[in-house]
Amino acid sequence: MVAFDEMTPETSGLRNSYAAYDHWLKQQDPSRLAEKMRDAERVFRKTGITFAVYGDEEAVERLIPFDIVPRIISGSEWRRLTQGIEQRVQALNAFLDDIYHRQEILRAGRIPKHLIANNEAFLPEMIGVRPPAGVYTHIIGTDIVRTGENEFFVLEDNARTPSGVSYMLENRETMMQLFPELFQKIRVRPVENYPQLLRQSLAATRPENLKTTPTIAVLTPGSYNSAYYEHAFLADQMGVELVEGHDLRVVDGHVAMRTTQGYKQIDVLYRRVDDDFLDPLSFRPDSALGIPGIMDVYRAGNITIANAPGTGIADDKAIYSYMPEIIEFYTGRKAILQNIQTWRCSEPDSLKYVLENIKDLVVKEVHGSGGYGMLVGPTSTKKECEAFAKKLAAKPSNYIAQPTLSLSTCPILTEAGLAPRHVDLRPYVLVSDRIQIVPGGLTRVALKQGSLVVNSSQGGGTKDTWVLDD
Amino acid sequence: MLLGRTANGLYWMNRYIERTENMARLVDAGLRMALTRTHSAEEEWKSVVLSAGTDMGFGATHENYTAEAVSDYLLRDRSNPSSAMSSIETARFNARMVRTALTRETWESVNEAWMALKRMLADPIDERELPQVLDEIKRATALIRGSFYGTMLRNEIFDFSQMGTYVERADNTARILDVKYYVLLPSVSWVGSTLDNYQWESILRSVSAHRSYRWVYEADYKPTNIADYLILNGRMPRSLTFCYRFLAEHLRFREEEYGERLPCHDTVEKTLAKLRVGSIKQIFDTGLHEFLTGFIQDNYRLGDEVATDYRFH
Repeated sequence: MVAFDEMTPETSGLRNSYAAYDHWLKQQDPSRLAEKMRDAERVFRKTGITFAVYGDEEAVERLIPFDIVPRIISGSEWRRLTQGIEQRVQALNAFLDDIYHRQEILRAGRIPKHLIANNEAFLPEMIGVRPPAGVYTHIIGTDIVRTGENEFFVLEDNARTPSGVSYMLENRETMMQLFPELFQKIRVRPVENYPQLLRQSLAATRPENLKTTPTIAVLTPGSYNSAYYEHAFLADQMGVELVEGHDLRVVDGHVAMRTTQGYKQIDVLYRRVDDDFLDPLSFRPDSALGIPGIMDVYRAGNITIANAPGTGIADDKAIYSYMPEIIEFYTGRKAILQNIQTWRCSEPDSLKYVLENIKDLVVKEVHGSGGYGMLVGPTSTKKECEAFAKKLAAKPSNYIAQPTLSLSTCPILTEAGLAPRHVDLRPYVLVSDRIQIVPGGLTRVALKQGSLVVNSSQGGGTKDTWVLDD
Repeated sequence: MLLGRTANGLYWMNRYIERTENMARLVDAGLRMALTRTHSAEEEWKSVVLSAGTDMGFGATHENYTAEAVSDYLLRDRSNPSSAMSSIETARFNARMVRTALTRETWESVNEAWMALKRMLADPIDERELPQVLDEIKRATALIRGSFYGTMLRNEIFDFSQMGTYVERADNTARILDVKYYVLLPSVSWVGSTLDNYQWESILRSVSAHRSYRWVYEADYKPTNIADYLILNGRMPRSLTFCYRFLAEHLRFREEEYGERLPCHDTVEKTLAKLRVGSIKQIFDTGLHEFLTGFIQDNYRLGDEVATDYRFH
């Protein structure tokens, strides 16, 4: 099975969107490009753009490898993608509002009740709570994969705290430093205003009874967190405070931060802390990362939490398989972007099929993320498949399975010249009184030849993503 | 508006940057003494360890005060929380924590200093390369200072950062003096022996003031002049008076802008008043050692009060 190459597909030759770049590339001296590649690494190291890998004590801070060949998307491709994403994001917010209020979709029998009731991602504390401005998912990162000229699939809706947007911004910044002439030749739509858009979007969802300009803060678990760089980066770019749980406490019915002049009220909290850790009084009592009592402030409508607690139910992998139904139920139309066929191992027939065909499938944990705890059948040994099948049989409801898609490829620069590698795409979506999608996103690329796993924790890299202004 | 935790991070980031540099300076002075020494080098290295405030830790793991052992302990040893390596690491940790309060230039200079020291101090230092290593440490911290002064806004962030710098520096200068206070005491003969001259020069070298001393005083070293220079001279950037004038100024900025007078404001003024004596003779009359130990305690208390008054924790 030959993968679709986004620059030069086997069947049709160089695609239009890459024509100008290809022309420029052919004039470049290979040794100069190799030099630029090293420059890029120096830039990243110097600015400290690093991430931590759990369980990897030697390399506490590592760089995500960056590839200097951009991934290019034409204007018309982008328009189609954004229509599909908007529809999906609308449906997700409607679904969340419904699921925490009247639960019409369950009454209509479109998705099974047990999938909600027995789901750890469903927060009973959110029942009947309407978040400020009615927004649940202020920030979403929709993972999209491609298999052909017109075939796009949504792989995941990251509706909790999607990360990686700082790489989108730094990748662009780096590319502009390395190849200023390219940006004069080719009209690439800008992504730099993302922090301003995020700030405006968060401000627009402030508590309704607030009459003044809202005070916004980013809540981080702290500098040991793997995404700390991004938390600091976003706070800095937005010009808001970066706070940790122990900076905050509830004062007079509001959440407030400890400053050199006493406690100051916070109105909008962009939290990069999971639900479980948000409020030790409501959730995990041992959490030192959260703020005791913040859920009471939230229920009283005195703070915006972005994303709202309990949004995890919308990007649960078991719920994912129902997304076509969910979209149709709330928007009245068929989904523009396709779902990947998904077998729910909790269903006996599906389980049987998955166990029989495990060597051809990708099997994932329902609550897993980051490429941990998954099996890619075709690239695993017989032994690995058998071991995984045992785990699967022991707790089928914990897994889903999907066909192994032949992800599209983009060229990367290797020592031997350009070589195709599999990619995916995560555009970032902002929700307030409107839905905004920054033209671009994070392209993750599997650096190992043939590999389909693009996660940075599993040795993936990133590329700058260009949406052409054509 | 500044988070208490951020103020704390800025304060300690700058204390540790200052400490990184001071360690290099102390080893430099020790090295010089050892090269030109006329008596026991062991004694010299011992006073270097004392000046660094690390005698307990060093004594617990080492028997002899050799050039190799001391420079390794003060520069490389991670079990010594004040070694140049540990200090720059702590400084960078704090800088990372308060990154949103720093300009890109400042953060990058701290990050690069950390990377450079990590590379330089990865393996034991070859004696022949020691001078070069010391130079590079001083250059790395000078770069941080340059980026900081050149790009940071003069606001509360700047004030809390500077408080860290001057509290650390005052402590360092006071310790250097106190370890050697006896060589500064007036002796029967006003002309010092060769040994005395070396000792005096070593003190000046520890604060990088052996050249500038001559611009201010007569060419010959005189203990009273040295003490005057390091304690009372308001133009000498490492003197106690210099540090305290700036500390008082940065605290006054906070008082005025925040509109709140706090215990630390009284403390800084009291300490500054003790430095406002007519001449160094008065300090010698009441006892140099007593004065210095008192100062070190006052300085320590000021740091504590700033942390409490401005809600660092």
